[in-house]
Amino acid sequence: MSAVKNYDHPTNADRFNQDQARTHWHDSSLWFIREKRDRMARSLPEWETLRATASQIKAHTVGKLADYLEEFERNATARGVKVHWAKDADEHNRIVLELLQKHNAKRIVKSKSMLTEECHLNPWLEKHGIEVVDTDLGERIVQLRQEPPSHIVMPAIHLKKEDVSDTFHEHLQTEQGNYDPNYLTESARQHLRQKFVQADVGITGVNFAIAETGGLVVCTNEGNADLGVSLPKVHIACMGIEKLIPRVEHLGIFLRLLARSATGQPITTYSSHFHGPVEGGELHIVLVDNGRSELMQSDDFRNSLKCIRCGACMNTCPVYRRSGGHSYAATVPGPIGSILNPLRDAKHHKSLPFACTLCGSCSDVCPVKINLHEQLLTLRSEVNHRKQLPMSKTFPMKLASWVFQRPGLYAWLGGIGKFFLRTMPRFLIYNALNPWGRNREMPAAPKESFRQMYAQRKKAKKNDPS
Amino acid sequence: MSSKDQILKSIRNKIVPAADLPSIDQDWIQYEDPLAQFSEVLGMVGGAVEVVNGPEELAQKLAEIPAYSQAKKTVSCIAGLAGSVNLNDIEDPHDLEDIDYAVVPGEFAVAENGAVFVTDAKIRHRVIMFIPQHIALVIACPDGNVNDAVVSNMAQAYERLVWDSNHFGCFISGPSKTADIEQSLVIGAHGARSLHVFFLK
Ligand code: SF4
Repeated sequence: MSAVKNYDHPTNADRFNQDQARTHWHDSSLWFIREKRDRMARSLPEWETLRATASQIKAHTVGKLADYLEEFERNATARGVKVHWAKDADEHNRIVLELLQKHNAKRIVKSKSMLTEECHLNPWLEKHGIEVVDTDLGERIVQLRQEPPSHIVMPAIHLKKEDVSDTFHEHLQTEQGNYDPNYLTESARQHLRQKFVQADVGITGVNFAIAETGGLVVCTNEGNADLGVSLPKVHIACMGIEKLIPRVEHLGIFLRLLARSATGQPITTYSSHFHGPVEGGELHIVLVDNGRSELMQSDDFRNSLKCIRCGACMNTCPVYRRSGGHSYAATVPGPIGSILNPLRDAKHHKSLPFACTLCGSCSDVCPVKINLHEQLLTLRSEVNHRKQLPMSKTFPMKLASWVFQRPGLYAWLGGIGKFFLRTMPRFLIYNALNPWGRNREMPAAPKESFRQMYAQRKKAKKNDPS
Repeated sequence: MSSKDQILKSIRNKIVPAADLPSIDQDWIQYEDPLAQFSEVLGMVGGAVEVVNGPEELAQKLAEIPAYSQAKKTVSCIAGLAGSVNLNDIEDPHDLEDIDYAVVPGEFAVAENGAVFVTDAKIRHRVIMFIPQHIALVIACPDGNVNDAVVSNMAQAYERLVWDSNHFGCFISGPSKTADIEQSLVIGAHGARSLHVFFLK
């Protein structure tokens, strides 16, 4: 990680694109997952019904969120769960630390939780002398490298097996130059088994919390969440308040969508339902707001609270695939991240709504039907209104709008453009002043404009009215 | 004001249009042969299925699995099948760290995704589902009808489940796996390295 964080997406994306072969590889790895997702979606005739139902359940829940949170707390408490409320990241971190200190816990295992990433829980606990081990393989890899995850479902998707091998060689003393994923995974298994056995407390995220039963569901493929909270007596589960669903039967909708959308699997290997603590143990649930209730205000952006963090919008996004998760400089990257981050911190994340071609692919795959690309478009004008846009974006827009209001001028300029594209020497067209000509050919300019063709057609029709 | 009250107040201050809860009673997929569909999907995610008549045949079939026959320490939670370690004698779940093979009961199977529902209702340490090197799930079919033990889809699965008690429950679909290194699928991440499902008639 560089010392000074650069938030500008184009600058970061540029750096990522220096290695063209790697960019290409990243692009195709993610597209491969998108294709697996498509096959899964197609295998169910009711796919669209599932999406519509999930979207509506979430809309309903957001509309009654306060009631459902209270219902959840009541039912969880009745089962012996201790429910905590945190307004923001700091309060969340303080609550977790206090719990750990109360139990004199020094070693923690944690399964994947984007919320704890959002709150920067790890550095906070480490500062207080507590060892936190991320147990998801991808998360462990990036943790050892002191990098943030680059994807919310596949944290190490930006790394090649050679990178992983070097990291493991350095930290886990694996054989140098052994790039076999089987060997590397086995080494991580051995290493993390020790951590599981030594852990004093297990921390997990939450995929779904059920108001009706006070229970929660955690999904993993590796089994790391379950191992992490089935050996120690204390389980702390951290969740954003938007993870709530009203009834347990709604899982029959969401669990069918989640893994199919995320990785193209029919379901995750383990979908674990926790209701109350283990015998003689403790289960703590930390409900975190951290800006979520503010999002409910806006009709334009409220929908983003429906997100179930499947990552499908990232896998399909042409900008994400070719710029990498780290270029977003945020915990949640990709289309949904480009909405959530600027809404929370426009000053730093103002470039993100523009990291989008408006192709709409994200909205097409989103299992809860969030209108992602429309929100991104709306967000652009918000960023503009807040005067956060650079001249390079505002000036051409103003110029274009001035030209579009003058049809004669527009037609004349179009003719000139076509003439130049056809006749100018290459170096005058493909140079640093024209980013559209970088790494790609400009379209061949047609001989006639649409207006000219239309005028001729009209003339021909007039002459031959049959 | 407590944080709880502040959060709830902040939520209640927002004007959010009400939306009805949709019906989930819809025309979800039904398979003509749920067992065949279950076996196919479980195969795809790295597991295997076997239908057996009685505990003797179960023991026989297990013995044909090298991971079982070569296991030093086994746990069985199935009546009529012996294991070398008795789960109920174990106080501290950490002592289960070196279990090679566990045979535990499954409640029923789901055809659409190859999952089996398991619960710790009758199991002293739930970690036994996750910590052994290999695992077999045994689904009892009391009247000998295997198709009674397989539902087509997850909506039907939840119709079968009740959540009155504090028991842990889990849908397990295949052995533990990861694709975190360059999208190469590796079986045996943290949990079981192999998973067999037996329907016991
Ligand atoms: S916005 Fe939709 S597609 Fe993107 S992560 Fe959230 S649920 Fe998945």
